[in-house]
Amino acid sequence: MDGKRQKDLILILARELASKLATAMFIADAEGGLVFYNEPAEEILGRTFAEAGEMSAESWTSLFDPETLDGRPMALGELPPGIALLERRSAHDVYRITCLDKRRRVVSVTAVPLYAQGDRFVGMFALFWEQPETREP
Amino acid sequence: MRIKVWGCRGSLATPGPGTLRYGGNTSCLEVRLSNGTVLILDAGTGIRSLGVELVPERSRPIHLLLTHLHFDHLEGLGFFAPLWTADTHIHIWGPPSPVRSLKERIARYMSPPLFPVQLSDVPAQVTFHDVPDEEWEIDGARLLAQPVSHPGPTVGYRVSEGDRSVAYIPDHEPAFVADLFTVPPEWLSGYDLADGVDVLLHDSQYEVDEYPARLGWGHSSVEQAVAFARISGVRQLVMFHHDPNHDDERLEILRNQARELWGENGEPPLLAHEGMVLEVP
Repeated sequence: MDGKRQKDLILILARELASKLATAMFIADAEGGLVFYNEPAEEILGRTFAEAGEMSAESWTSLFDPETLDGRPMALGELPPGIALLERRSAHDVYRITCLDKRRRVVSVTAVPLYAQGDRFVGMFALFWEQPETREP
Repeated sequence: MRIKVWGCRGSLATPGPGTLRYGGNTSCLEVRLSNGTVLILDAGTGIRSLGVELVPERSRPIHLLLTHLHFDHLEGLGFFAPLWTADTHIHIWGPPSPVRSLKERIARYMSPPLFPVQLSDVPAQVTFHDVPDEEWEIDGARLLAQPVSHPGPTVGYRVSEGDRSVAYIPDHEPAFVADLFTVPPEWLSGYDLADGVDVLLHDSQYEVDEYPARLGWGHSSVEQAVAFARISGVRQLVMFHHDPNHDDERLEILRNQARELWGENGEPPLLAHEGMVLEVP
């Protein structure tokens, strides 16, 4: 397996759910690494997951360059996925990102931490939507 | 390591003239380590006969590892002779639940009205353990338990001694949560357990055309079992958890299907039967 450990079963189940959803969804593991996003997410993010691949929390945070709607840069801990990873609680927000096709888009994001067997934290998933009325070139 | 199958039937014990060759007892596997320690995997009805054999060995602790608590993997426990023998210490391992302890969940079965005696009244000393997240040791063997795709809290086991290893995943539907033929192996339920093992005892309950009507039931078709074993680089696949509706003749048809799918490379798949002994040298 080239040194790669099997993903946690919860992440495997989440990936299967994501693959069937019409809503954009991405999944991160317990270390915050982006491990999967689905086809609807590809449409918003501007690149297929096969092309983008897995990436660390630091990478995807800096890559997507998130900012508030009034232009202030946002750190990982302010983003719903970051809150789910770091504070282990659900969160929702609307903010702007630079997608992988270099287009800036406003997204509405809801993130939820994932636990297995009661207290074992395994990662998080986030559902998100583009806000079409503020779509920018 | 020496493996002995005491029960390989799935879902429901199936005695009768049509199951004499492969057996009707539900899941129970004995793994005997090189130092004589006995690990028992699952407590289906097959555990009754194993228990009779183990009573004279009462000085040794017994480790019973449950994959899950569906009845066909638990119903033999009340008739496991060492449980009723004083001076016997039994360790029962099982998947954790966020709601009730392993002891509480087993006690739901071993208590009135489902069973005439309370679990707390058995003569043996019984210790319950949630399986750890990481590998652990029992008497020199290394064990790994990981959740697998099956309804409810369910694990598979990997037992390693030296450089030899056996994986036991009797109830498993990896194809329900991933396309076996396209996803990378790290996204396959059960992969870490089966990766490169010498022997894999795996759910092979359905014929290929039976599976679509049983999607999500938690079991695999012969085709899926073979694919999973191939992807995992298993040396020997042993088909396990036989459907109660499959008599001996029908099981042999499944075995032949599996062998055809497996091809010419390596050891052809075996069909588990009661009394089957496998040496893992």
